[in-house]
This record gives sequence, structure tokens and C-alpha cells, in this order.
Amino acid sequence: MEKKNWPLWEVFVRSKNGLEHRHFGSLHAADATMALENARDVYTRRNEGVSIWVVESKHITASNPENHGELFEPAQDKVYRHPTFYDLPDEVKHM
Amino acid sequence: MEHQSLYQYLLTLGDNALILGQRLGELCGHGPSLETDIACTNIALDLLGQTRSCFQYASKQLDGKSEDDVAFLRKENEYTNVLLVEQPNNDFAFVITRQYFFDVYHLMLMEWLSANSADETVKAIANKAVKEARYHRRFSSDWMLRLGDGTQESHQRVLAAVEALWPYTQEFFVPSEAEAWAASAGIGPDLASFKAAYYNDVEALLEQATVPIPENPYFQKGGKQGRHTEHMGYLLADLQYMQRTYPNMTW
Repeated sequence: MEKKNWPLWEVFVRSKNGLEHRHFGSLHAADATMALENARDVYTRRNEGVSIWVVESKHITASNPENHGELFEPAQDKVYRHPTFYDLPDEVKHM
Repeated sequence: MEHQSLYQYLLTLGDNALILGQRLGELCGHGPSLETDIACTNIALDLLGQTRSCFQYASKQLDGKSEDDVAFLRKENEYTNVLLVEQPNNDFAFVITRQYFFDVYHLMLMEWLSANSADETVKAIANKAVKEARYHRRFSSDWMLRLGDGTQESHQRVLAAVEALWPYTQEFFVPSEAEAWAASAGIGPDLASFKAAYYNDVEALLEQATVPIPENPYFQKGGKQGRHTEHMGYLLADLQYMQRTYPNMTW
């Protein structure tokens, strides 16, 4: 019998309120409802999260590794582009 | 006397979870897909956790027994689980149908116990279990609909599973001696009063899943009295092997 694979989904989990959703991994599911349930079982059974997003992997547009140079390697000599001259108060977390 | 009755009632609660948990645990590494494998073994772990709570409390009712003794060292006819939960994992449709038939009952029972049980420990155990039971029921109902109203193949398989497992559903509502004692003491529910609501729920879902309701008028029972089907011995052999071979072993 032909084995059909379910589509691939990417899973994003918010680990606690106030934090952003982070990419946790991917899984297979027949539709969005099943993807959410599978994500709950695969990624959040040990109190890892308070909220889950799933998106079918085919809807993600990815950058091309061949363009790495022009996209991700800016000149390093423009120090004014890097906001490293500010003192951050301790209360500001997750920056 | 009262300790003995409470012990027997806790066995009834724990054995259903223990034996179904063992069956689901057999799927570890053998589930139809990675995701369903993890889902089924997660449910197995939830059930095992509930079993431990019941047996820890049960072992306190009898002097000199540990939770491991209760779980591993009884004879087949001393296990009081219903026949449904010992039925084998013939295919995924059987796994899901067995789970669904159990979950509808299990959630009703846990909701009742967590709200009404006169025994504070039983109430606390149920209170913890009720969230898990709610998730289990959601998982198995979703899959019943997917399989029943899915492809021709999945429909045929779930149809066969429903036909085969239907005769085991009525046993829930025929109280054993221990369950009748618990009902009279206010610790457990009057099980017969669950029956109408149970079949309402199950028949509504089967209809939605396009699976006809079986007309089999013959129902099986006996598990609660320790009279099990031929599958039980093999299951217990797996379950008890380590404790019987290496008595008092721990991990």
C-alpha cells in the first residue's frame, strides 16, 4: 500500500507570558487541529509552554543560503549602527 | 472491614488505569507515526500516574504491602479491571476505539469523584486526574471522527473495532461489590446512573463519525470479579516479569 505522508508543520511555543513565541521544531499532521494537538504532545508535556502556534512549513518563505554575503555580512566598521553605547537598567530583561 | 472495602475500591480505580496504560505502553516505538506514538505513550504515562496515586493509597489500607506489591504481585483473578481495557492493540482503530469507549466513562467518573467523593484522598486523586481525562477524551474523540469519517480503509477498520469492542462497554455500569460499597459510603458514584448519559454521548459521536451503532444485544462482563479474557495472562506476563524474576528490584 502506498504510504502517504502528512504535511510538515513548524511549531512555535511561548514558554511564558511576556516572552515571544520561539521556534521549537517541526512535526507531521493532517491538518491544523491535529498539528496543535501533536505539538502539545511532542513539545509541551513538561510545562514548556503557555501558547502554541503552528504553521504549515510550505507557507514559510526562506532566505537563500547562496545570498548569505549580501544579506548577512554588513561592514563591521560602522559602529554607530550597533547600539552598544547605552547602559541598560537591570529591570529590562530579555534584551 | 472498612479498610478492606476501600482497598478493593481503590484496586478497581487503579486497575483500569494500570492495564490500559500497559496496553498503550506497548505502542512505545511501534505507533503508526512518531506523533501518535508519543501521544499514546503520554496517555499511558498519565494513566500510570493515576494508578500510582490509587495504589499508594491502597497499600496504606493493608499493613505490610507496598504499591509495587499491589501493582505487580497479584494473580490474574485478583485484578479487577473491566474487560475492555485488556483487549489487544489489533490496529490503530482498535487502540482509538478502546480508548474512546474508556475515556467517556473515565471522564464522567473523575468529574463525579472530584466534585462529590466523601473520601478526601480519592477526591484529590480525581481532581488531578480530571484534566488528564479531559484531554484523553478530546484526543480519542478527534481520532474517532477522523477514522470514521476518513478514508474507506479507516472507516472499515473503525467499524470493525466498534463492532468488536461494543460488547465490553456495559460492564462499566454494573457495580462490583466494592463499587456498591463505595456508592453506599458516598465515596463513589451510583454507576448505573451514568449509563444513559454515556450512551447518549457515544452514540452521538458515532453518528457524527458515520459509524452505525452496533445492535449486539449480548454484553460481556466479569473483569471486575477477576474473570478475564484470554489476553490478560499475556499482558500480566509482560507487566510482572521483572518483579517476579528479581523480587523487590528497584530502578
